[in-house]
Amino acid sequence: MHIVVPIKLAPDLVEDLEIDAGGAALDRTFLRLIINEFDDHAIEQAFLLKERGGGQVTIVAPDLEGADDVLYTAAAKGADRLIKLIGDFSAGVNCHALARTLAKVIGDLHPDLVLTGVQAHDDLDGAVGPLLAEHLGMPYLGYVAGLTVSDGKCMARKEYPGGLVAEMDVALPAVFGIQAAEKPPRYVVTSLITQAMKSATIEEIETGEFDSGGAAAVERMSRLEATTHAEMIEGSTDQVADKLVAVLRERGLLAPRG
Amino acid sequence: MTTTPTVERPFYDRVMEAVPSGEKLKLCLQCGMCSGICPYGFAMNFPPQSLIAAVRAGDLDPVFESETVWLCVSCFACANVCPAQIPLTSGLMASLKTEMLLRRKVPAELQTALENTRRYGNTLGESPRKRSAWCQSITPAIPLMAQTKEPVDVLWFVGDYASYHPRAVLASQAMARIFQALGIRFGILGPEENSDGDVQYLAGERGLLEILAQKNGKVLRKYKYQEIVTTDPHAYNVIKHEYPGVGVSVPIKHYTQFLAERIEQIKPLLRHEHKAAVTYHDPCAIGRANKNNIFEEPRLVLSAIPGLELVEMAHNRATSICCGGGGGGNWLDGFAWQQTHTRMSEWRIQEALASGAQTLAVACPYEAPRFEDALKSLGAENKLVVKDIAELLADAMSA
Repeated sequence: MHIVVPIKLAPDLVEDLEIDAGGAALDRTFLRLIINEFDDHAIEQAFLLKERGGGQVTIVAPDLEGADDVLYTAAAKGADRLIKLIGDFSAGVNCHALARTLAKVIGDLHPDLVLTGVQAHDDLDGAVGPLLAEHLGMPYLGYVAGLTVSDGKCMARKEYPGGLVAEMDVALPAVFGIQAAEKPPRYVVTSLITQAMKSATIEEIETGEFDSGGAAAVERMSRLEATTHAEMIEGSTDQVADKLVAVLRERGLLAPRG
Repeated sequence: MTTTPTVERPFYDRVMEAVPSGEKLKLCLQCGMCSGICPYGFAMNFPPQSLIAAVRAGDLDPVFESETVWLCVSCFACANVCPAQIPLTSGLMASLKTEMLLRRKVPAELQTALENTRRYGNTLGESPRKRSAWCQSITPAIPLMAQTKEPVDVLWFVGDYASYHPRAVLASQAMARIFQALGIRFGILGPEENSDGDVQYLAGERGLLEILAQKNGKVLRKYKYQEIVTTDPHAYNVIKHEYPGVGVSVPIKHYTQFLAERIEQIKPLLRHEHKAAVTYHDPCAIGRANKNNIFEEPRLVLSAIPGLELVEMAHNRATSICCGGGGGGNWLDGFAWQQTHTRMSEWRIQEALASGAQTLAVACPYEAPRFEDALKSLGAENKLVVKDIAELLADAMSA
């Protein structure tokens, strides 16, 4: 069983984000990138499957600051192959271009499962997974929070709003958008990462030109501005309760008295 | 069928290699003083003595199954009383924690603190670029070493908590005012400073300590200064005792030592009385840890404050009760509560209250937040004030 996990690097929200002079993109001067949290869960899910049923795990990352760290950390956790996509990712690449690029590389790897984060916090389109599946001619299932593979069959647990979970049989090969791994991403001790940096090999694959067609264009980016503030209700418990009931009645959320 | 137990050599070897005197493990008499003095020994499945017995019996599976080693807060109480002087805290317990990390048995909150350290250079997960944000309100401005052209008297190693934690920075701001009042030329590293690595290393992350020590060592070698002073006892302990093993040998003083040396210069500046009974909590890391024994300097500084009456808690100096924050304990409060339904910081607060003190003086950036939390959880927040020695001194100096 070959599991391929393509990952994305997204802006680290620990640093303050600024909008660039053009007004339609982030200023990347001080931007620091971090692995997309959902992709981190996709990697964990891959290792959980490998531990249960054996197989090979390949991680694919774009050539951006932080990619080597992500790849060597994955190697320290047990990844078998590390692939870095060499291309001009520096200005940001939209999900259509990324999916086309990933499809070319991943198709050649002949995976049984492709696990990727269901979305990333820099776009929240959740489109890479479905687009990738379409290009690869594989089925796609998103919002997955658990996978069981046996005898070439796969059962996926898909999350729905309201706490509903569906168990679905999926024919392999398939692409899954991972919402959460069955366990939180594991810790790996620093000495193992240091070892991996000495012993693991990162393969490099050229991406060629990106084809960004089909994506929506960002016209303007702006900060959210607070226009109204929450009203703090003060007083004794009874006074607060009376006021709260009055507010709810006023907004039509409670039936009028009588 | 019976199986012959075999000692798991790699673990045994790693324990012995972890510290220079690790081979002393062989000298254990099984006297049990370590387990007896351990504040959480009652709740641990394998306190140090039992752990050594298990190592000798080659029966380590139950040790790795039990997670109670995470109750160890690296307070060095065991190592301090061991008649065979076995490095129990920095050798045995830290090595066992490494094994637990390798087996991926680490409470989530501690895992986050370790991951934060690796990525951001601080346990709190704050932006490294904001490491000097705490001093932006201070005038005259505190120079970053990267901006100073002249050598300074003091390079101040501020530390993680003292740089970022909203309560701990108040003590840092007070310390800055003291340096300025004494006319000391000083500078800080700001974004160039990384976590000292003490609590991470004692939580089993030796590899992380090595990376942090090399980063800090590289920066410390770049600048010219008379001495390094730190406000963090953990930085003092690890820079003094562990950095040399990573090839970084720099002299370091705790700020209470620095102030005690200048007490005659300080005394005339103390204009305001602190009319209260004050008790002092000895931090493990500058106290009994590695026999650092910085016990009298903090008391000398406190006693210089007019009106202040110094009283002692039942446990003081080498027998001080840990605040519970060392060796990763600061991120294991939830775990410790689940296991024991007690809080070490509350035990200490109860002792401070029993001493009759109105003020609890501290000298470690973890302690003001931890003890103030303990006062709240005990419902005693009006009975005791927690102040860093730097805050008490700066208040006494204020115009």
